[in-house]
This record gives sequence, structure tokens and C-alpha cells, in this order.
Amino acid sequence: MKRTLVISEAERQRREQQSERLRSICSRKFGFSFVVFRQNPVSLVGLILVVMMLLVAIFGPLVAPFDPDATNARLRMRGPSATHLFGTDSYGRDVFSRVLAAARIDFLVALASIGFAFVLGSIIGVVAGYFGGIPDNLLMRVMDVMQSFPPFILGMGLAAAMGPGVRNLIIVITVIMVPGFARMVRSRVLSLRELAFVDAAKSSSVPTWKVLFVYLLPNSMGPIVVSAALNISYAMLDAAGLSFIGLGVRPPQAEWGMMISEGMNNLLGGQWWVSVFPGLALFISVLGFNLLADGLRDILDPRMRR
Amino acid sequence: MSSPLLRVRGLVKHFSVKGDLPLVTKTVHALDGIDFDLNPHESIGVVGESGSGKTTLARCIMSLYRPTAGDVHVHGRSVYRRRGKRALLKNVQMVFQDPGGSLNPRFSAERSLLEPLLHLARMPRRERPAAVRALFELVGIRPSDIRKLPHQFSGGQQQRIAIARAIAPQPEILILDEPTSALDLSLQAQVIALLMQLREELGLAYVLITHDLSVVRQLCDQLLVMYLGRPVELGPTADVLDGPNHPYSQALIGSVLIPDPTKRDLVPPLVGEIPSPTAPPSGCRFHPRCQHAMTICAQEAPEARRVEQVQTWCHLYSRSAQESRDVPK
Repeated sequence: MKRTLVISEAERQRREQQSERLRSICSRKFGFSFVVFRQNPVSLVGLILVVMMLLVAIFGPLVAPFDPDATNARLRMRGPSATHLFGTDSYGRDVFSRVLAAARIDFLVALASIGFAFVLGSIIGVVAGYFGGIPDNLLMRVMDVMQSFPPFILGMGLAAAMGPGVRNLIIVITVIMVPGFARMVRSRVLSLRELAFVDAAKSSSVPTWKVLFVYLLPNSMGPIVVSAALNISYAMLDAAGLSFIGLGVRPPQAEWGMMISEGMNNLLGGQWWVSVFPGLALFISVLGFNLLADGLRDILDPRMRR
Repeated sequence: MSSPLLRVRGLVKHFSVKGDLPLVTKTVHALDGIDFDLNPHESIGVVGESGSGKTTLARCIMSLYRPTAGDVHVHGRSVYRRRGKRALLKNVQMVFQDPGGSLNPRFSAERSLLEPLLHLARMPRRERPAAVRALFELVGIRPSDIRKLPHQFSGGQQQRIAIARAIAPQPEILILDEPTSALDLSLQAQVIALLMQLREELGLAYVLITHDLSVVRQLCDQLLVMYLGRPVELGPTADVLDGPNHPYSQALIGSVLIPDPTKRDLVPPLVGEIPSPTAPPSGCRFHPRCQHAMTICAQEAPEARRVEQVQTWCHLYSRSAQESRDVPK
């Protein structure tokens, strides 16, 4: 402690120069995110949570102590112990192994549906925004109709019609998420297409598809990527919510929302572990993506750059 | 004068805009009958207040807008025909007003230049790097900077890149929309010097839209003065600048500050604002602000009158009016 306090003036200057150099290296284009995360520790927490849950989703099932779907009638509703860290559920399945297995499904559903919604919404938005007129009206009125339902109600209706299953769950959440992306991209494109570089591209007889997808789309991505990160958490909540009311994944499949609903009946009887652990996993993931999205906004906003 | 390089005839462009009430549309009279010819290696300056339709004229020539009426011919071919569009664009290029906005923020300077070489000139891949280097050298951008993004350049350098992009397909006509208005004075001089040099070396014909009359004097053979979408005076630059006929040209040219106060002509400055192009004044559009306005000015749009080589759209020079009133000079 004392040694660090007593440093010569020259040493102090040297260290300052060093950290200044480090900072300038960090702020150069690629490493800029470092600086943001350092200045904004909350988003760093988000990043850590997301990375942690992502690792769980990827490697969790490999290290799970039990088969998540194996039932055991003699071990029903046991509390957390050394062998069953999170206890067992009413079929005697190991809750810890099931939480790990569910992470993979929930991340898959959330990331895949946001990925599809991002791509579809971008295409719809850029076409509607650039061409205007009839294509714009046609596409945007369809989006209006979709957005006129509360998103979760629309999802429930679609899920009920299509039946349960991971694939259908991804489709349902994609459909819910598309209008938001389409609107955002469209509004960005509306302002970008007035800029002279689009006219310059037309004057260079750059083909229209290239103007759309090479000129306009990449320039409208900044805020949309942030909203995609934020929407991952909503997609995850929707997936869990639909599964909770029995419209998501098929029953034997481990999924956080469904596990919460399975444990609900026993919650008042004091057997809290069946619901609380998957709930905690869901909470951590959603929180992580929310905090991360905040940091992403700072990274991708060019006005934040010095 | 058999077949000029650029021929603009009766160009009219009206825009419909939403009015204050629903279902009511107003018409903006951006251009109302512009005619001029431009010969190879010649330059024409277009001046006028903001809102006089200069940029609309440029965008119509560039076929970025379709005019309401009239036509633009390059080497006798209409620019609005779909066929042969690429060949046309190769021959007519434009430098836009805002140098920062005219470059794709995500494209390096090099990539911005490759676009016209690829899509307009259809240059083989192997020849492109050399062409890019030659263009940058021509406009004075260091070769070490070609991978930088637009925001890493100064405004003057951005304008140089924009000019390089425009001359990349080797056009005959270059439309310059206020190429210096966004730059500070020292950079303006550099860009103008560059434009003069390029005209010498490449034999370009310029359509130069500007507020700056001294630039016109340096660069242009002809001068078109516009007011609210109509021409008011067209003629050789020196004739118009040294002895403007139209009261509007007189006021515009008289408004230029001359360093020596004893040499300033005492032309009363223009009063009031330019009227709204949604409801242009009847007759001669300048009559509400004109100090020589007569009754006929509010009733009839003036025809072009030729005084020596200068065409003037003003009732002061029509025969009937001349009898009753002296021509101010």
C-alpha cells in the first residue's frame, strides 16, 4: 500500500503517458468498445452476464450431472442437496441439469428469432423507405395490422394455431418482432435517401439493389443493432411466456418458462426450487441483454466517438 | 451553333406539396421555362438568390428529376430516355452542394472512386487501381490517404474527392452545385484553382451554380441570372457583370461588396424577401420588388429582348415601354 503511494514525479508522468497511449490505442476504431465498457461498468456487468449464460447454453448440457429428461419416481421433490444442486421436480428430474439444458433452447429461440426478424425487418424497411408510394403503403399497412395487436396476444394466437414446438416458437416470435425492425429501418432510410451520396450513387449508375443493400442498409444499422440486442431479452421473455402457458415447446423438453409453470403448483407448499432456479436463469439472461444493449448504444453511436 | 453539347429547352419543373388543409395540394413553381445552350469546352454560370431554382435546374439536367415540361439534350439526345442512360451519365456528372453528404460515410475515398469506374466506365479490374491513383493525383489527394473514411478528411479534401469521383468517368459536362459555398475562403480559392486547372487539362464544360459572382467571372463564358424559376438575363459573363440590364441583375451585382468604397455604384439594395414559389407573382415575377415596376409588369410576363449579345426578360426594354420611359443604366 505504502509503496504504491510513494512514487517519484518522473514515474508518475511515465505511467500517465503509458495509460494515455493505451487509451489512444483502445479508442482506435476496433478497441473503442473497451473504453466504453471501462467508463460504463454497468454495461460491462451486462456483457459478463450474457457471456456467462452463453457459455452455460453452449457447454452446460455437456457438464450436466444427470440426463435432463430422466425421471426417477423415488427422488420426487427433493430439496437442493450436494448431488442435486437445484433439487428435483415432481417427476424426480434433476432441476440443475434441466436449467442447463433449457439455456440452450431459450438462447436458440431468442437468437434465431431475433436474427430472422432483423434480416426480414431490414429488407422490408429498406424497400418501403427507399421506394415509397405503393410498396411503402402496402408493406407498412401490413406491419400496422400486426402491430395493432398486443404482441404477446398475437403470439398466443399464432402459437395456438401452429401448435407447440421449437421451430414454431421461433417463427411466432420472428413474426412478432418483424414490424418493429421494419419501422426503424424504414425511418432511417427515409432520412438517409435524401443525402447527396445516394444521388451520387444514382449518377454513377450504381444498380438499385446495391444502393439499397450496400449504401443505405449499412448506414442505417447503428440504432437497429442496439434495439436487436434489447429485443433479444424480450424474445426470451416471450419464449418463456408462451411456454409458461403451454403454447411454446413440447412438454418433455426442458425450457425455463415451462419449468416455472411446472413448479407453480408446489410453490405455495414451500417447494420453491423447481420454479425459482429457472426463473433466476431467465432473470439473469434478460438483465444481461438489457444492460449490454445500453453499452452497445454508446459504442455504435458515432456522436460518442471523439 | 449547329448541335450544342448541352441544350436546355423550355424546362419547367413543378412540385406538388401538401397544403395546410387535407386533400389540398399546392404547386411549387421551381422552374418555369429555362432555355440555354452550352458548347463544348464552354462554361455557364447560374446565379440567383436562394430559392430561385438553381439546384432544381442542376438536378433536372442530371435527370435526377423528371421535368414537368421541356427537355434537355446532350449531343442532341434527350437525357430522359431510359435507353442509353449509362452512356449519358458517363458524359454528364455532378458535384453536389454538401461535400460531406455526397460521400458514403462507410466507403473509403478509394472505394467512392471505384464506384463510377466500375458501374459507369466498366473498367477492367486490373486497370482500376492505377486510374484511382491518377485521379487522386489530379485533384491533389495524397496516395497515403486513399483508405481513409470521409469524416477523416477536411471539407476541402472531401470536395476534392467528390470532384475526383465526378470526373472519373471522363465526362464532357460537369455540373457544379455551389462547389465552394460550404468551404472557408482559403479552401474556396484552392477548389476554384483546381476547377480552372481541370478545365484546361480535361476540356470540361461547366454548369456552375453559385452565389459567388467573382467565381463566375473567373470560370464562366456565359451567365444566366435566375429569379423564382425564370430567367431574367442571359449573356456573355463580362457583359452581364459589367453592365447588367435587368433591375434584378443590377441589384444582385450591385450587392457585391467592393473593397474600395469610392468605386461602389449606388444601386439601392433589394428590399424584402423572395416571394413563395407556391404563389409566384403574376406577370414579371420580380415586379413586387422592382423599383422600376410599371402597370404592364404585373399583367404580362416579359418576353426575351436581345440587346447586343445579352438577352433580358424585362418590360423596360420592350418597344412600347421604351417610348414612355427611359432605360436605366
